[in-house]
Amino acid sequence: MSDRRNLFNKVWDLHTVRTLPNQQTQLFIGLHLIHEVTSPQAFEILRDRNLKVAYPDRTVATVDHIVPTSDQSRPFLDGLAEQMMSAIEKNCDEFGVTLMDLKDGRQGIVHVVGPEQGLTQPGMTIVCGDSHTSTHGAFGSIAIGIGTSNVAQVLSTQTMFLDRPRVRRVVVNGDLAPGVYAKDVILYIIQQLGVQGGVGYAYEYAGTTFDAMTMEERMTVCNMSIEGGARCGYINPDEKTVEYLRGRPYSPTGEEFENAAAWWLSLASDDSAEFDDEVVFNAADIEPTVTWGITPAQSVGVSQPLPTLSECAAGERTLLGEALEFMSLKEGEPVKGTKIDVAFIGSCTNGRISDLREAARIAEGHHVAAGVKAIVVPGSQLVREQAMKEGLHTIFEAAGFEWRGAGCSMCLAMNPDKLQGREVCASSSNRNFKGRQGSPTGRTLLMSPAMVTAAAIAGEVVDIREFAAAAV
Amino acid sequence: MSTKITSVTGTGVPLLLDDIDTDRIIPARYLRCVTFEGLGEFAFEDDRQQDPAHPFNKPEFAGASVLVAGRNFGCGSSREHAPQSLMRWGLKAIVAESFAEIFFGNCCSLGVVAVTADRADIDKLGAAIAADPTLEVSVDLESMTASAGNVSAKVKMPDSARGALVTGEWDYLGQLLSAADQVTAHAKTIPYLNHFSA
Repeated sequence: MSDRRNLFNKVWDLHTVRTLPNQQTQLFIGLHLIHEVTSPQAFEILRDRNLKVAYPDRTVATVDHIVPTSDQSRPFLDGLAEQMMSAIEKNCDEFGVTLMDLKDGRQGIVHVVGPEQGLTQPGMTIVCGDSHTSTHGAFGSIAIGIGTSNVAQVLSTQTMFLDRPRVRRVVVNGDLAPGVYAKDVILYIIQQLGVQGGVGYAYEYAGTTFDAMTMEERMTVCNMSIEGGARCGYINPDEKTVEYLRGRPYSPTGEEFENAAAWWLSLASDDSAEFDDEVVFNAADIEPTVTWGITPAQSVGVSQPLPTLSECAAGERTLLGEALEFMSLKEGEPVKGTKIDVAFIGSCTNGRISDLREAARIAEGHHVAAGVKAIVVPGSQLVREQAMKEGLHTIFEAAGFEWRGAGCSMCLAMNPDKLQGREVCASSSNRNFKGRQGSPTGRTLLMSPAMVTAAAIAGEVVDIREFAAAAV
Repeated sequence: MSTKITSVTGTGVPLLLDDIDTDRIIPARYLRCVTFEGLGEFAFEDDRQQDPAHPFNKPEFAGASVLVAGRNFGCGSSREHAPQSLMRWGLKAIVAESFAEIFFGNCCSLGVVAVTADRADIDKLGAAIAADPTLEVSVDLESMTASAGNVSAKVKMPDSARGALVTGEWDYLGQLLSAADQVTAHAKTIPYLNHFSA
């Protein structure tokens, strides 16, 4: 008899320790990733209650949010950042948790490191005190962001209480046109379904568009599930997933790997799998996409004009007005041609080697426009090392981009990389919230790394399809 | 066992914007800390700097216990610093059109009452509080209503979260710990914890 459960429900059931009378599940967590920002208070809770870390071998730490990407010498110039770094070092040492710190060689953004090390595997439940934990769903795992109280719960019990979400299959079929990337696909989905559209759902991304994607592209898609309100998004494991994991440091080896691979593939939702909801999109409808507002759903195809107040739904008018005012943009105007001051390539969304290769390919032979500050921040030390082996850093530097150390950098600006004043930033990151990039009045335009590179060179938002044609 | 929370009564503060993200509630620079202490004074810091008329700037709302908010409140970053800062500012309950999930879960962990109401009711509650900031505002988890003076509205909350608050069982850590033996036994059934032979 075929199993009509989708992957999400199979994995959820496997990890269900017990169901409470109120229907909440006590869920076993297979991998707990931690970082310096959301863990110190959790370790304090353990100390206060005299508790240990229950499964230290299922817990891995790295440092990313506060890490400076230029001068990484200790102590950090920022005393508060130094205090946080010292806290995670002490906590990991005292509680027996592996810490991939700056000296380690494996350090990086937690959602880049997990997959890269083979920690992230299909069929796992994965949590981290970070909303972009959804990234790990690219492997067919249930991966969700949690708060610090939850971090303490998982540290001390390896479990937490959760309400089972419904599962929506988000289908995209067809080939992506040249100049259209995984980032554009997820920005389009969020634009169509809204920033709150996924609340209460886990998203299964299915269809030929995702089938054709590399693992890194799938990570970009799953990463931004949370921006569409879905705490978790995943893609069924396939041969690409298996091959990505073969030979990674934390992957199983030998016969065990083959057994693992067979199990991983068996988890995929099959043709008879049932879903609570389904939406279908065509890849052909997706253009290079740019956000113009203050939520990730406020985006347009690069050839399209901004929306107008008169045509917008009555309930959205206040938000549209607030966004246009903050961004100093005019309704109905084209997004193309919007001047930028800063270009940021990096983050857990788009800081992987394939992102840097594509950005370097576009940057080669060009130069960043006068007055634009452009930085490239690899997602991990290993990404950085690989890029340098390939000579990408020399291409970037020759083109006028700064080449940095690994970290979250200007995605959230808890470190020295910040916008100043009302600067406009073309950014490959995931959030365009007011003040997100470190200046309360700073403005963010989200787009693919290729589009960020082109904007850096042109000094304004351009259509990568026209830019690429002009470059030939 | 934690304190039983069946109702919250005090004054209110209206903030009827949609998609308020946790970066706005507490900007990232205030996350450079190893405790949550002192975060209350920085709630909505950047919005307040840019908007002198922001409700959190107005002395008449300074002692409020109940926030009335719009759609998708608390979206974005998982930072528990956001509800921590609102709680330390003085809020004990939030009535919104809807909440982002991680934020809602964090409120549950802290015993902050987070309930939803229809938009029309949210607008009425907000307008009543704006017109008279001294109005008594209450959220009652027994009758599942929120009221501000003469305005009263039905509110909703998932049974699991409501049950935890009214029975005082929102110390989830204690309950999770009580199942330690079950957890150990369950781990033996998970393939990747058992060399993929389970």
